[in-house]
Amino acid sequence: MKRHLISAADLSRDDAVLILDTAEELARLADRPIKKLPTLRGRTVVNLFFEDSTRTRISFEAAAKRLSADVINFSAKGSSVSKGESLKDTALTLEAMGADAVVIRHHSSGAPHRLATSGWIGGSVVNAGDGTHEHPTQALLDAFTMRRHLTSGTGQDLAGRRITIVGDILHSRVARSNVHLLATLGAEVTLVAPPTLVPFGVESWPCEVSYDLDAVVGKSDAVMMLRVQRERMNAAFFPTEREYARRYGLDGDRMARMPEHAIVMHPGPMNRGMEITAEVADSDRCTAVEQVTNGVSIRMAVLYLLLGGNESAVAAARTEESK
Amino acid sequence: MDAHTSSPARSVLEAPDIARVLTRIAHEIVERAKGADDVVLLGIPTRGVHLARRLAARLEEITDRAPGEVPVGSLDITMYRDDLRLRPARALARTEIPGDGIDGRLVVLVDDVLFSGRTIRAALDALGDIGRPRAVQLAVLVDRGHRELPIRADYVGKNLPTSLRETVKVQLTEEDGRDSVLLGLRETAPADGQ
Amino acid sequence: MSETNTTLLRGAKVLGGEPQDVLIEGERIAAVGTGLDAPAGATVIDAAGQILLPGLVDLHTHLREPGREDSETVLTGTKAAAVGGFTAVHAMANTFPVADTAGVVEQVWRLGKESGYCDVQPVGAVTVGLEGKKLAELGAMRDSAAGVRVFSDDGKCVDDAVIMRRALEYVKAFDGVIAQHAQEPRLTEGAQMNEGIVSAELGLGGWPAVAEESIVARDVLLAAHVGSRVHICHLSTAGSVEIVRWAKSKGWNVTAEVTPHHLLLTDELVRSYNPVYKVNPPLRTEADVMALREALADGTIDCVATDHAPHPHEDKDCEWGAAAMGMVGLETALSVVQHTMVDTGLLDWAGVADRMSHRPSVIGRLTGHGRPIAAGEPANLTLLDSAYRGVVNPAGFASRSRNTPYEGRELPGRVTHTFLRGRATVVDGKLA
Repeated sequence: MKRHLISAADLSRDDAVLILDTAEELARLADRPIKKLPTLRGRTVVNLFFEDSTRTRISFEAAAKRLSADVINFSAKGSSVSKGESLKDTALTLEAMGADAVVIRHHSSGAPHRLATSGWIGGSVVNAGDGTHEHPTQALLDAFTMRRHLTSGTGQDLAGRRITIVGDILHSRVARSNVHLLATLGAEVTLVAPPTLVPFGVESWPCEVSYDLDAVVGKSDAVMMLRVQRERMNAAFFPTEREYARRYGLDGDRMARMPEHAIVMHPGPMNRGMEITAEVADSDRCTAVEQVTNGVSIRMAVLYLLLGGNESAVAAARTEESK
Repeated sequence: MDAHTSSPARSVLEAPDIARVLTRIAHEIVERAKGADDVVLLGIPTRGVHLARRLAARLEEITDRAPGEVPVGSLDITMYRDDLRLRPARALARTEIPGDGIDGRLVVLVDDVLFSGRTIRAALDALGDIGRPRAVQLAVLVDRGHRELPIRADYVGKNLPTSLRETVKVQLTEEDGRDSVLLGLRETAPADGQ
Repeated sequence: MSETNTTLLRGAKVLGGEPQDVLIEGERIAAVGTGLDAPAGATVIDAAGQILLPGLVDLHTHLREPGREDSETVLTGTKAAAVGGFTAVHAMANTFPVADTAGVVEQVWRLGKESGYCDVQPVGAVTVGLEGKKLAELGAMRDSAAGVRVFSDDGKCVDDAVIMRRALEYVKAFDGVIAQHAQEPRLTEGAQMNEGIVSAELGLGGWPAVAEESIVARDVLLAAHVGSRVHICHLSTAGSVEIVRWAKSKGWNVTAEVTPHHLLLTDELVRSYNPVYKVNPPLRTEADVMALREALADGTIDCVATDHAPHPHEDKDCEWGAAAMGMVGLETALSVVQHTMVDTGLLDWAGVADRMSHRPSVIGRLTGHGRPIAAGEPANLTLLDSAYRGVVNPAGFASRSRNTPYEGRELPGRVTHTFLRGRATVVDGKLA
């Protein structure tokens, strides 16, 4: 197999720790006068975005540029993709242009996996979020942030740390990737959501599920709030915004019941007043902004480890045989 | 250092020899740097860092400074290597630049073995992205020859003429539990299927 | 082939029994026995060791013509059917235009006659344009040259309970049957695969078993209430099996089919995100597969139907979400049934003849198919080399499409000869 990052589930503990440790070293670059490394000089990274996500796209772009890669941004909007060109033809075009890596964001679950295994392209594929499947670099940057706050850092995993993920688990690729990665790193994960927003079949996931945020919040080393889209209300996943916020939102009172060292996380963009109150979002326990900073270091680490050598230093994509 | 070393390896330097040559190098640095007041020692991971720390301790003794007064750090050159694409990507080592930086200072790079010179070339590139030293010098425990770039060391513990079939392995207590420099024979080309 | 169309099959195991000779003269079987003499000019086929079955009948085939001739035509589809051992197929109504008028069903019926490889019995749409709102002219289709008896909106569910009730009632006038595609539409909005452990992991929209079972339960109750016949298309869950078993125990007029792929494949395959496994209804779990096999063996499920659903390459050579649903199945159906039902001891060859020929003929009210192998019966026959083992290679398909989930998989059995009213449509595994 080639060198891809498709799913957080593909990463072993050692792979994950290697990525986190590498990111830890790369984060120190921020303190240097020249925040750039020559490592990927002459390599081309294509950001192939079928969904709008300026935040993720510029994070990957900054990461690739700090490693001296050439970056091409390919947005589905206003391109031939919106005129009916297939994923395959887009991929063949990128291949013809000599892309060494394709960072793909796609609305269809499994599209990065398809891209990596179809033989359409020869370069690396990095999943930047696919449908309601996975978003592995988000999980890595979340784990990086937790490790910095909750452990002594480099070389460590998250063994025994209690992480609570709250919100729309059903539609969240962030939650899926986090559950896999955090379990691999030894953390104890609890998902909290109204039963309508918990996936059918969740019992096979390496985590606990609770419908009661108050019962869990006091035992959490980190509480990760997921964005809840207001349109879910119209599909009867919950009755009203007010009821959601009351039962599953994080406010000052609930935050006060968290252990002193515990942090509040949010992948952004935040729905203030919905899943998180302004008081919590603006408190110094909330790592949302730091997560964005860490995202660049993590994506640099991933690009370096996938592209920096003659073969990948981290796991291959899942194959049919290996599941 | 070379991979695929095979025994029997012959010891060419033992712990007392290493201690002696490090002391000599420290004296040479003081002599050439006229007191070594602005010296910053940067070791190249892994063993270069330990050697840099040992040299710093000796410089402090010689120049009568308190422990920790001679700035010492580490400089990882992985991201600057010219052979990245010949091998799998590897873990990064720590780059630790002393608090006052390297601008206007005399940086002495410290490594265990000087061979092709490519590591030092990468280190010079890395330094350029960190600051602008007054001058850069190079100290190595062993110079085994076979340079592929126009680079030479300013301080050499031992010149060790070798053939390309030979390997030089430096062992240091901090990493390996003992101090020694071993000269061995490279295994013939790895057999098929290895 | 001789002028008089006389063929002697020597030593065939009729329905898997003792070797016998079968003499075909003209369109009919002339004699069955041992040591039959070959009449002058007869073609003699050494059938020693091979299994002789009545020609297979498919209740559920998408021939795509008119409208999607890029994926299949009546001609290519019936060729594929013949290669698979079929002598009659029911052509589903979801064509462009929809087969919801006498004109369209007669066109399909005529194309079938012209192809000559396999009888084509058109299925009529239940509602105009498959839209589930207004009954199509069911009587006119019945009275047309095509003589439609089976009506289905397949591809879509007749989800309005009142429309379904009226359709069930209406077809009683001419012994028709409503073949229901049981899929509650609201429960399957955005559905991409079976809802369960795998869908939760893959983040693909879940297609709950209950979306099928709730419609099956409603429709068996409706059929009982109005005293009509309902047929459940491509039944795919253990729960549906239980409901049909219960309905049959009540003596209600309920029949059901299962596809070969639901007898073999599970949703675990979707982990590859390869759209060749995308199908409606979706591949279910191992437990469902086992329940379906058992139900087919005990007769709760009446028959095997292929749901042969050809799609052009580009509709599968893409990401999962954009891919079309469906698999081709005519050319592999008998092999999959042998693999899952016969080689496992669940069904003998007489049982296969019943589930793949006799019962679908009865449900579709076909008179010339699904008959015993006996003197005087129509010579619709399939000869199978059950000892054969081969790897599925879609490049050799007679179908215009290649979207098989079995590519590269070893399957047993190979149809060597197919006879349609005495005339060989397949000889030595190749189209005649």
